[in-house]
Amino acid sequence: MQAHQRMFDSTPEGLNSGESPLLRTIGLTKRYGDFLANDSIDIDIWPGQIHALLGENGAGKSTLVKAIYGLIQPSAGEIYWLGERIVLSGPSEARSRGIGMVFQHFSLFDNLTVAENVALGLDGRESFNDMSARLAQVSKTYGLPLDPRREVWQLSVGERQRIEIVRALMQDPKFLILDEPTAVLTPQESDQLFIVLERLKSEGRAILYISHKLEEVKRLCDTATILRGGRKVETCDPRRETAASLARMMVGGEIKEVKAAAGRTTTVPRLVVNDLSLAPGEAHGVRLAHISFELKGGEILGIAGVAGNGQDELFAALSGERLSKDPGTVVIEGIAAGHLSITQRRKLGAAFVPEERLGHGTAPRMKLSENALLTGHAASGMVHRGFIDTAATLKTVDRATETFDVRKAKRDPEAASLSGGNLQKFIVGREILRNPAVLVVSQPTWGVDAGAAAVIRQALLDLATAGAAVLVTSQDLDELAEIADRIAVMFHGRLSAPLAASEATREKLGLLMGGSMLEPKEAAHAVGA
Amino acid sequence: MELVEAIILSVLAASTPLLLAATGELVTERSGVLNLGVEGMMIVGAACGFAGAWLTGSIFVGALFGILAGTMMSLIFALMALGLAVNQVATGLALTILGVGLSGLVGAGFVGERITPAAHLSIPGLTDIPLVGRVLFGEDAFVYFSIALVVAVWWFLYRTRAGLILRACGDNHVSAHALGYPVLRIRTFAVMFGGACAGLAGAYLPLAYTPFFIPGMTAGRGWIALALVVFSSWRPGRLVVGAYLFGAVTILQLHAQGWGVGIPSQFMSALPYLATVIVLVLLSRARSGGSTAPAALGTVFVPDR
Repeated sequence: MQAHQRMFDSTPEGLNSGESPLLRTIGLTKRYGDFLANDSIDIDIWPGQIHALLGENGAGKSTLVKAIYGLIQPSAGEIYWLGERIVLSGPSEARSRGIGMVFQHFSLFDNLTVAENVALGLDGRESFNDMSARLAQVSKTYGLPLDPRREVWQLSVGERQRIEIVRALMQDPKFLILDEPTAVLTPQESDQLFIVLERLKSEGRAILYISHKLEEVKRLCDTATILRGGRKVETCDPRRETAASLARMMVGGEIKEVKAAAGRTTTVPRLVVNDLSLAPGEAHGVRLAHISFELKGGEILGIAGVAGNGQDELFAALSGERLSKDPGTVVIEGIAAGHLSITQRRKLGAAFVPEERLGHGTAPRMKLSENALLTGHAASGMVHRGFIDTAATLKTVDRATETFDVRKAKRDPEAASLSGGNLQKFIVGREILRNPAVLVVSQPTWGVDAGAAAVIRQALLDLATAGAAVLVTSQDLDELAEIADRIAVMFHGRLSAPLAASEATREKLGLLMGGSMLEPKEAAHAVGA
Repeated sequence: MELVEAIILSVLAASTPLLLAATGELVTERSGVLNLGVEGMMIVGAACGFAGAWLTGSIFVGALFGILAGTMMSLIFALMALGLAVNQVATGLALTILGVGLSGLVGAGFVGERITPAAHLSIPGLTDIPLVGRVLFGEDAFVYFSIALVVAVWWFLYRTRAGLILRACGDNHVSAHALGYPVLRIRTFAVMFGGACAGLAGAYLPLAYTPFFIPGMTAGRGWIALALVVFSSWRPGRLVVGAYLFGAVTILQLHAQGWGVGIPSQFMSALPYLATVIVLVLLSRARSGGSTAPAALGTVFVPDR
């Protein structure tokens, strides 16, 4: 009963706009084998409120909302909807009761049209034509324009999210769950979304809002519930907290601050890209067009942009996964390398950390030592006369473990057995220990907990201090602001002129991320910076 | 004139099993499942179909036996590939090997037996029209059924909600599951439909094409049907064109040998596959965006519960 008592206490006073909560979970638990993804979670959702759900990756946020939406069955605990105990048989029952959900990784079908996608999210009681008419009406009412006949693969990320939201709104939900809706949006697109959410709130609907962006939560949400390690830590009023205090509750401790060394000096250009253009390699790929930049030793260049604007293609072109016909398009350490293979580029002193940890950055079922060999064989003395020096590969693992605080169960486990943050620390460590002259790293802290993220960012700063040129692609503007000296933006396969980090405000970056050009004067200024 | 009519008739007859089997496989693949066991399901359908017709003396019962046998075979596939999430390619290949062996066992006692083949339609007046009469009004029931089936499948896929859900499962099973659709159940039905069609296609051979059963009589038609689905880029309309084209090539190959044309028959037999490769290349060059194949085709799906 203690838990129940706490639940009533924990809802801030004066926020309860209704008599009883719309939705209440009591002791909700989800167990996968020995692992408790949700451990006895109590949460109250009130009508006319935006309720934030915070927590690090693996804290149990997704599991909780999946249980509320009927996608998974809780192992224990109760869900009450309008005061009545319910057991959801599946998402369609949740929808029919008035619970809607907008997924983080959109639940859309690329090769179907917008209207077909919307129809699939409804229960099919009305004819396709009636549904289309209602779709047009809802999208007009909420200012979410959509062309129902286009296929999804042709649409931008923002448009795709609009489909999800319109689809959820067409069921006239009393309660809407949004799982990290702004993770892939530009700041301007986020602002438009907030207008829609405020409107939904004023209509008396409840919203459960999952986000990593604490400033956003403070601005938008009335209540916040914080999860850590599958348990509820706290329910609070985010407007009375600071971003730092919220982060402390999420992490359960202080986060080490990342510091750049003073007096970092830039040296010679170590990575130069000259007018790089490349046709897309696959069906939904992006064409790179006339990309040019120069990166000096001791410098960190950040590349911002909404995912899918050519960042993956640029990484492939820089790493040598895709070759360029013209060798001069990519110059590493003064040597034209556009036509060189990955191994040859590594021998020139370059190192690469791709976005995808498992399957791209490492071979999941191979040991860490073998994964160290895979990128280190060419230039790190791990191979003698064609034979592997096992001791040298293990030494690399030990050094990476020690230097970057990689936590693992045994000395040399399979890559897949490490948690995301620890594996990322290992991968970044593996490359940094090779003392690269140039490091190209993509989404270095994507899906990594705050503690590991701080270690990785510090390592990148230290590497630059030591004289290397570092190129960081990230969708996290705060991360780029923290470590980059200059920031450029990718949009539709083109790269903007880099802005000095001090001038790269969220507004300016947001405009570039949405495809607008800066004033010519400003752009010229940026080139000079 | 007689010869032209004879050629058209034989092309229709040769194309019908391809069309039937490929229509079933198209539905299976549209749901996201790649069942390479078409050849195996066909040959078992042929053996059981012949057995049914020989035992009861009814072509209709024989066809039902064929359908049932193909469906049973596809259920083995569904159990392995969907229920136990085994690799679909390996399971499909194993199914073909199993089918070839099983059909030999079932059919062993029937080799050398004969039945009366399926009757052809005969409408006095219409069937006697020169050239087109027998082609349009003098076929067996299988030919008409196969055409009706493709039309029905087209209508189902593009005009019904159930068809939309099936296509959605083939495009993105994770999304379909997240929206609450029973992906594995839908796919099981699609696989069973594919098996039923393959079984019927197999049964067509001893019931209508030749009135007797010999082991291995499908002779690679299952593989051609698979190629045909790719050739049609998973669209029923193109499937009809492709089936008659591939059927025509088969017949042409026989006649070319008869006329003494100096093209090796092996080259002619390879033509359907060559055509499929060329179409694939052309398709990938022509389209800049969305994929033509169902995006989830052949991938294993295990829902988390």
